[in-house]
Amino acid sequence: MTTLDSSKEIQKNNSEVNETHEDFRMFGLITFLIADGMTFAGFFAAYLTYKAVNPLPDGAIYELELPIPTLNTILLLVSSATFHKAGKALLKGKNSDSQKWLVFTAFLGIMFLICQLFEYFHLPFGLTDNLFASTFYALTGFHGLHVTLGTLMILIIAWQSRINGGRLTSQNMFPLEAVELYWHFVDGIWVILFIILYLL
Amino acid sequence: MTISIDPQKTNNESLQPKGWLRYFSFSLDHKVIGIQYLVCGFLFYLIGGTLASAIRIELASPMSDFMPRDVYNQVLTLHGTIMIFLWIVPVVNGAFGNYLIPFYVGARDMAFPRLNAVAFWLIPPSGLMLVASYFVEGAAQAGWTAYPPLSITTPQSGQIIWILSVLLLGGSSIFGGINFIATIIKLRRPGLKLMQLPMYCWAMLGTSLLVVLSTPVLAGTLILLSFDIIANTGFFNPVLGGNVVVYQHLFWFYSHPAVYIMVLPAFGLVSEILPVHARKPLFGYTTMVFSIMGIVVLGLVVWAHHMFTSGTPPWMRLFFTIATAFIAVPTGIKFFNWVATLWGGRISINSAMLFSCGFIINFVFGGITGVALAQVPFDIHVHDTYFVVAHFHYIVYGGTVFIIFSSIYHWFPKVTGKMLNEKFGILHFIITFIGFNLCFAPQHWLGLNGMPRRVAEYDPQFQFVNQISSLGALLMAISTIPFLINVFLSVRNGKDAGDNPWNALTPEWLTSSPPPVENWEGEAPLVEEPYGYGKEISEQK
Repeated sequence: MTTLDSSKEIQKNNSEVNETHEDFRMFGLITFLIADGMTFAGFFAAYLTYKAVNPLPDGAIYELELPIPTLNTILLLVSSATFHKAGKALLKGKNSDSQKWLVFTAFLGIMFLICQLFEYFHLPFGLTDNLFASTFYALTGFHGLHVTLGTLMILIIAWQSRINGGRLTSQNMFPLEAVELYWHFVDGIWVILFIILYLL
Repeated sequence: MTISIDPQKTNNESLQPKGWLRYFSFSLDHKVIGIQYLVCGFLFYLIGGTLASAIRIELASPMSDFMPRDVYNQVLTLHGTIMIFLWIVPVVNGAFGNYLIPFYVGARDMAFPRLNAVAFWLIPPSGLMLVASYFVEGAAQAGWTAYPPLSITTPQSGQIIWILSVLLLGGSSIFGGINFIATIIKLRRPGLKLMQLPMYCWAMLGTSLLVVLSTPVLAGTLILLSFDIIANTGFFNPVLGGNVVVYQHLFWFYSHPAVYIMVLPAFGLVSEILPVHARKPLFGYTTMVFSIMGIVVLGLVVWAHHMFTSGTPPWMRLFFTIATAFIAVPTGIKFFNWVATLWGGRISINSAMLFSCGFIINFVFGGITGVALAQVPFDIHVHDTYFVVAHFHYIVYGGTVFIIFSSIYHWFPKVTGKMLNEKFGILHFIITFIGFNLCFAPQHWLGLNGMPRRVAEYDPQFQFVNQISSLGALLMAISTIPFLINVFLSVRNGKDAGDNPWNALTPEWLTSSPPPVENWEGEAPLVEEPYGYGKEISEQK
């Protein structure tokens, strides 16, 4: 993590406190993300099994168009980069720059959700039409839920990184780092989902 | 990156109630949470046990006369779900794990105390919800496995409440698992190496890995199942083009590791109890660690042995038979290590030791029938018969529940500072051991002769053996009476235990009994040899 060195210094200076231990909040978050990833792994495994075993019934419609999801992939990948920029800016103490990057990242997340909803409304099949339609909505919906939560958390930390009275500073980077890791995780899941659902 | 924690601030004492009231509060103390898990789990054990008694009363006669058939289905579903998700998993992980792990790693609390309290407080509401579902249109009827299409076609409200409840309990389990992994890996006292940890830490590390890797898959599966029930999708509904076998794969990807989630902590606990009462070091520490990790890895790739009759293709049967047979190797290593620990020791015959020995006997028997069940030709013959029921009760009751009682006898002095009465304890063991074997050993014969499980009525030729089994169940029900009397009498006026009544060397005994709020008066002791009993004996000679 980028703040490793700076917080070690803080600990050295803070000699009054006799009981210190390593910060394992990030470790806990990684463990949680592994668990969350296993939920997706279960969904992916189910979808791939259906694809291998269950034929599409006669007359059932299950067709996906590529342009919107490709745009969505680009949106999320760019948002990962802008989030990284926000972290760098905060580390240098440029809170207002960091805040701008965060707001832009959240904007990209919202754009993703709008595109996703647009796709939902223009697809020729509904949730209960056939097995693959159901799996499509369950998978993208569960991922969309993660994006929604992530966007809300980005907006919260953007508010916290305000210059006067915000608790997010270059000394207290954990909230930003935690949300950043989560956001990269959600992006990574989307890339796998994009490959499995749209390209395969 | 480091953060500093002032020892007084982890627990805001002015806001915490004192005395017995703290057990009903959102306490952050790992010891209080451990006891909350244990007592809550035991209450659900009594409910689940009552349901088991109802099942055995019904099966004492071949006709469905004690309760209607659909009520019988609800009773067996609730019995299985309560015993697994509300008694064994929370107690053998949550209760003992929360109480012991911080002592073993030399910490003042778990890594995430607040998450820990949240994980516990998810349990009582979801358990009550599950029990209450009986009064809304009937509880779930599809068994603890909730296989579709049965779970889709039975009354909806009970099944949905069941799913919600299991989802919450799964969440609680995952939070607990994250906490245990972080505590064992990250919160160890400086200087304490991984290979110096007491065996229960290793067992809980393995268990928590399984919890974190497999429980989310069950959560995802149950979400899909609830879509099938509520939104009329067809993931697992063959009528709508779905695939029931996919449910079985996903379900058993969790539920076979769940067997190890229930039994690995018991392996750890018995490894703590045997050396203390045999006054010998634990035999084969390193092999024990590697066999636990071997079970964790193998446990994730054997799930389809529950599905040999679900139209699994031959290659899958072959693979899962071999993988399952391999699990017998690490399990066998552990079994021989326990026997070797006892060998030549100065064994004290007390309740804790008796229950541990009972565990070894029962578990070997259940393990052997397990290896037999892994063989496809045999499994197809006895699938969904009472042979399977007998097998898994030998594992979860004869194995884990015996160890839960053994652990209660072993650590009761630690928690309360009072000894349990040995006479009541030995009486408890004798009735439990006879009752348990009388109840479940005959069920092997029933299964081999073709009596199906989960059915309220059966062929009259099985009546006599079923009545023997029901007599055993009656003894098991009676066996809780001396235990409860013992606990109530001993808490009120038991013999004072002193700080370390067993002269044990593991870290939890190196502080006062009951322990202070922050576990240690000063710095946590560094225990490099938690099983160094041989030296002690040679010094005494």
